[in-house]
Amino acid sequence: MNYASDPGITLAYLVAAVLFILALRGLSHPETARRGNLLGMAGMAIAALATLAHPAMLLSGVGLIVLGVVIGGAIGAVVARRVNMTALPQLVAAFHSLVGLAAVFVAASALNAPQSFGIGTPHHIHVESLIEMSLGLAIGAITFTGSLIAFAKLQALLKGTPVTFNGQHQLNAAIGVLIVVLIIAFVASGGSFLLFSAIAALALALGVLLIIPIGGADMPVVVSMLNSYSGWAASGIGFTIGNLALIVTGALVGSSGAILSYIMCKGMNRSIINVIAGGFGNSADAGPAGANTEGKAVKIGSADDAAFIMKNASKVIVVPGYGMAVAQAQHALREMGDILKADGVEVKYAIHPVAGRMPGHMNVLLAEASVPYDEVFELEQINNEFATADVVYVIGANDVTNPAAKTNPASPIFGMPILEVDKAKTVLFVKRSMASGYAGVENELFFRDNTMMLFGDAKKMTEEIVMALGH
Amino acid sequence: MTPAQLADQADALAHKATVLAQNAAGFAAQAAAHAPHGAPLIDLFAIFVMAVFVGYYVIWSVTPALHSPLLAVTNAISSVIIVGAMLATGLKGGYAAHAFGFIAVLLASVNIVGGFLVTQRMLAMFKKKAK
Repeated sequence: MNYASDPGITLAYLVAAVLFILALRGLSHPETARRGNLLGMAGMAIAALATLAHPAMLLSGVGLIVLGVVIGGAIGAVVARRVNMTALPQLVAAFHSLVGLAAVFVAASALNAPQSFGIGTPHHIHVESLIEMSLGLAIGAITFTGSLIAFAKLQALLKGTPVTFNGQHQLNAAIGVLIVVLIIAFVASGGSFLLFSAIAALALALGVLLIIPIGGADMPVVVSMLNSYSGWAASGIGFTIGNLALIVTGALVGSSGAILSYIMCKGMNRSIINVIAGGFGNSADAGPAGANTEGKAVKIGSADDAAFIMKNASKVIVVPGYGMAVAQAQHALREMGDILKADGVEVKYAIHPVAGRMPGHMNVLLAEASVPYDEVFELEQINNEFATADVVYVIGANDVTNPAAKTNPASPIFGMPILEVDKAKTVLFVKRSMASGYAGVENELFFRDNTMMLFGDAKKMTEEIVMALGH
Repeated sequence: MTPAQLADQADALAHKATVLAQNAAGFAAQAAAHAPHGAPLIDLFAIFVMAVFVGYYVIWSVTPALHSPLLAVTNAISSVIIVGAMLATGLKGGYAAHAFGFIAVLLASVNIVGGFLVTQRMLAMFKKKAK
């Protein structure tokens, strides 16, 4: 009754894995992405049905499974329909936590009834299965609590500021070593439930400790990293139960999250170690960077001024940041763009890789406001166009435009690729106050002659500009 | 050899055969319990490594504009862990194994349905310029 040896079922899992690959491949373009998503759904259905076709599946078990799928599915459907697009980062974080927790429970179940998966008998589980199981367990548990903390920070249940204390990294390292030691003991014990619980408890604690020192604006990296972890946890469980679909999918998701983390880190010119170590934007080392701007005056403008300048421009580039998401200004922004376009002004949008709280966050918000995706450009695509732009409208972004990243080696953001908005004829900055950005660095752009500060809420200010343009 | 002796011998042989068969069954059960499950580990590992490479190349081809849907859909598909949860729930096992499995089925279902639907919602918003 060896499950994995049934060629029909294994083939079904292979088909599911291929469909998942195609689902990801579809995301290379918005046109093919929707079909890709449908292929992904089909793959999931095939994998689930193949599992139900297991010859030893109990009828009562099928009932229980259907019950779980119906309840869970209903919750998922309601959440997915109701969620606000600005709340996507926390939703994704919450979903990651569920994958992690599911991995923990599957591992616990495999420990409890190893014969179901053909990996031995209780207390006599195969060595390799125990290793795989404990890896799935540990990574799953870290993913679970880590994602919960990320969720709490994104949902503003916890403060976004980094939580750091003395000996933090040493403590984390010690817990990590202890987990490894316990895994070895667990494997040697043939599957002790006590050691299993101890590994779970330590990994849960480690998940919390790993994420609390990381600040709010580093969340794109955290979300990507936890995405990666959830994949590796799934793979670990896949090895434990010898399931092809799970191993392949886990590997795909694991590498996806890792690549996204890499892209996000590159977008900030920081190493992944630096991000994980945390505490960024919390320190005083920003001091010398902004010193030369003291006492300088900024030019303050009104919505009418901004409308006048934009109306007379021939090319306007909009640079949105997290502030736009917070203020929910994307709809007003699109209206502004529509009016300008109707007046014959060329309007484009420039997105920095780390704008927002998750990879691609700004693109989704602009899409939500019906901004056509072919007006939205990535940093490399649009950076040399700022020189030909009459107006740049920076809304809720700051650090990603700061020239200090190129000119001031003492700045904490030195080396970070920036949107070169300073090359445009006029820069309009919508900001609530003169407060510095996340990195704690003052932006010398504010004090330049061709910069006009528009103080106020991003949404309100944009709406006022829309009004002014209408007259 | 009298028929009675013959019968005794046959009986003894039959008994021996039964014992042997029982032993064999015991060995087989032991072997089954200790045999590597499904494909050997190294085969699975080879598949894993290949899949990491496939993932590497496929993910780099994803346009940055769709990185949010990518996160959501990878979340949905990693919930294929439901396969393990279903086996834990539906096969013969103790109450604990079934309970753990059931919880995992529920959690993974939230993710699968929620993940695919929210991806669909996001992708539906990406529109081209109206000509």
